[in-house]
Amino acid sequence: MLQHIRAFFGPRAPRGALRADPGRFLAPTAVLGLAALCLLTSIFLPMWSMKLLAPQYPKGLTVTAYADRLTGDVDEIDGLNHYIGMRPLHEAAQLEREIAVASIVSLALLCASAVVVHTHWAALLALPALGFPFVFLADLAYWLRDSGQNLDPTAPLSSSVKPFVPPVLGEGLVGQFKTIAWVEAGFWLQVTASALIVAGLYLHRRAYKPLVDARRAEEVAGAAT
Amino acid sequence: MRPSHLRALPRALALAAAAALLGCPPPDQGQPVSTGLGGQADKIAADRGLTPDDVAAALKTYMPSGRLDDHVMFASSGHAGQVLVIGLPSMRLLRSIAVFTPEPWQGYGVGGKESMEVLAGGASDGKQLTWGDTHHPSLSETNGSYDGQFLFIGDKANARVAVIDLRDFETKQIVKNPLATSDHGGAFVTPDTEWVIEGGQYAAPLGQGTYADIAEYDAKYRGYVTFWKFDRARGRIDVERSFGMELPPYWQDLADAGKGVSDGWIFMNSFNAERATGGVEQGKPPFEAGASQRDMDYLHIINLKKAAEVVARRGVKINGFTTIPLQASIEEGLLFFAPEPKSPHGVDVTPGGEYAVVSGKLDPHVTIYSTKKLFEAAAKGSSNKDPYGVPILDFDAVVEAQVELGLGPLHTQFDDKGYAYTSLFLDTAVARWTLGGPYADKHKTTPWTLVTKTPVQYNIGHLSTVEGDSATPGGGWLVAMNKWSIDRFFTTGPLLPQNFQLVDISAPGEVMPVVYDLPIGVGEPHYAQIIRADRLKPWEVYPEVGWNPMTGKVDPNATAKGKERVERRDGVVEIWSTVVRSHFTPEHVKVRQGDKVIWHLTSLERARDATHGFCIGGYNINLSLEPGEYASFEFVADKPGVYQFYCTEFCSALHLEMVGYLMVEPAGANK
Repeated sequence: MLQHIRAFFGPRAPRGALRADPGRFLAPTAVLGLAALCLLTSIFLPMWSMKLLAPQYPKGLTVTAYADRLTGDVDEIDGLNHYIGMRPLHEAAQLEREIAVASIVSLALLCASAVVVHTHWAALLALPALGFPFVFLADLAYWLRDSGQNLDPTAPLSSSVKPFVPPVLGEGLVGQFKTIAWVEAGFWLQVTASALIVAGLYLHRRAYKPLVDARRAEEVAGAAT
Repeated sequence: MRPSHLRALPRALALAAAAALLGCPPPDQGQPVSTGLGGQADKIAADRGLTPDDVAAALKTYMPSGRLDDHVMFASSGHAGQVLVIGLPSMRLLRSIAVFTPEPWQGYGVGGKESMEVLAGGASDGKQLTWGDTHHPSLSETNGSYDGQFLFIGDKANARVAVIDLRDFETKQIVKNPLATSDHGGAFVTPDTEWVIEGGQYAAPLGQGTYADIAEYDAKYRGYVTFWKFDRARGRIDVERSFGMELPPYWQDLADAGKGVSDGWIFMNSFNAERATGGVEQGKPPFEAGASQRDMDYLHIINLKKAAEVVARRGVKINGFTTIPLQASIEEGLLFFAPEPKSPHGVDVTPGGEYAVVSGKLDPHVTIYSTKKLFEAAAKGSSNKDPYGVPILDFDAVVEAQVELGLGPLHTQFDDKGYAYTSLFLDTAVARWTLGGPYADKHKTTPWTLVTKTPVQYNIGHLSTVEGDSATPGGGWLVAMNKWSIDRFFTTGPLLPQNFQLVDISAPGEVMPVVYDLPIGVGEPHYAQIIRADRLKPWEVYPEVGWNPMTGKVDPNATAKGKERVERRDGVVEIWSTVVRSHFTPEHVKVRQGDKVIWHLTSLERARDATHGFCIGGYNINLSLEPGEYASFEFVADKPGVYQFYCTEFCSALHLEMVGYLMVEPAGANK
């Protein structure tokens, strides 16, 4: 058992190598740690926004998605959506919003744990975090499509506004409203985290792969004797 | 006394008669001249017969769609009992504010409990009133400058003052003066809005409802002034801390608060020093003659600061309202008179408080009193007393200057260039004249001289310049409030609108053109005030859903979406409804004939301008539910039948579908 754990965590950097070339071993720690920090910070930042423009709303209506909640003119948009039979916004992606914070914290912790896991398992730990922003956007697109496609056929304007798919990015048109959607700071911070994870894993591999290989060679040699 | 006063009246009457007989000459059309703008503009000007001055006037006032006015005028609407809100320089009517008169669009006094309570607060001796004669609006001030928070306005007919909150432009309070049936000199505020002044006019026994025959006029009839204490934090007048002062039975007219060097004092003009009592039907001189015999009336100089200290000691209760008796005012040195020519109208204090300007009305001058000289003379006292013992100060000792302006001077306002502007009723003109003293450096003309007169159409009453009665006048625009329009507009039958004329006073010197005519077809406005738009900070929607505009917070009976309900108990049906585009919840309400119905409505709207109405035909109920607003009403469903309640404000594409049914089951029917 201890052997398995040892195999999972991999070798520690030898004191001599660490002193000779500290940057080599500190770099993956710093970069992956920073990635985790980016992920955690993104919880507090908006991920995505959509603006709805119509003559009656000179300032437009905006809904902004955080990882775990919606803000902005949600009530007003829901009020308008009831005319076309669209479900209230808060009914979409309820599960996702409920588990979002816990998920991001877990992913960030996994990512940070790669700092102490020096084998190829580190990549497996960090990779889910790398994909988070893209899963978020895909899920958002799914719910936009789901909401736009499943309109209440008995709604007042069901004959003039047919089911539609609001674009998750860029411009669209619903009734008299032009929609413009874009990703926000939280999303970009997560993308940055993804890039840092890729870079961190590269540095991680550069630092520890030789050590892992060396230990394996030792073990093979040991077994052979 | 200057002899010209005596000549002035017949001349004025002769001129007025001549004008009436001959009609007024048509305005000089002139020949269309190139506007200098070239192309299409020249062609339009030529086709419409517009002069370059006309084109300039249009360019000064035209507002392209979506462009906002930079000044807002609050005008009384006279006996329509409302306040009119007008944008400058476009002169577009923005809205009215219901004050003393029920007004359905605003849901004011048409069933709604909140506004009905405001109107009930203005009941006169128990009688519910349905109109008022709004006269003088007064914006709240901080340090003598408009602060854009509140507006007060007086009701001459019924001696009332109303408080309007300028966050939502709604009337919050009406106070009825217990001393009198009618007033005139209200409302005017002190420089920090601690007090709202309401002066009387037609003398009567003090205390509304008190009887004395007019034969006892000298002994039992009295004038008065009231100082209403304003509680700014509550946004209401505090009646308990307000007080009145008994005055001799001259007809107190208009008032102004001292400011700057004269802070703490009040100036109030009067007429009918003759104490004429009319009785034309008995062969006595009618009021108009009897009250115009003497060359001098009395400018009242009142030490308000001291009166506020003395009132606790010397005040008595009249109709339950604290009042300082006339003798106490004399003994305590609260009240002085200065002679003023002749049956004057309007007393206006200069921006720094150095002078009080009285307009002669039947005298062609404005008389300028130095407030410093008035205070010095008051301190010295005077052995000359009126029949009631009020000291009369020496005219020559307190007057700074007199300026002859023309016939029928009424009211004066100021600008930022050291000019004063006075309306001339009989001349039907606006006079620009120069101030002296600390204002002499601001202009290039000799102090205390007439600069120019601009004719206005016709019979100007009040005038208003930008913040022109405050400590910080803005200049730029003047509005002449003309009583007659005669030929200015399409003839709307025998009843014609008043005419508000915008005058460009931005250039110093003699050029002061009229640039716009705005007909006011709802009543006879008196005074107006013009405020810089950026001083106003109105709400776009109510701060929170369920906001009760009268309590200034979310009402305990405000209803959230999904919490709508109907509760029935003995003979009472209580309904909690929500209102949102495009439905009421609930839509079916069933009651039995004779049930008392209590209905709470909450607008869930947060979008700007998404206002709903709520009416029940046949039961005289209409509410305005502005975004976030809570409103309620109560009535006895005494008539059976099926009544529709519907949204009276076109709110959405499905506005017509925004309806519900109130079913009143006949009392005898089986359940």
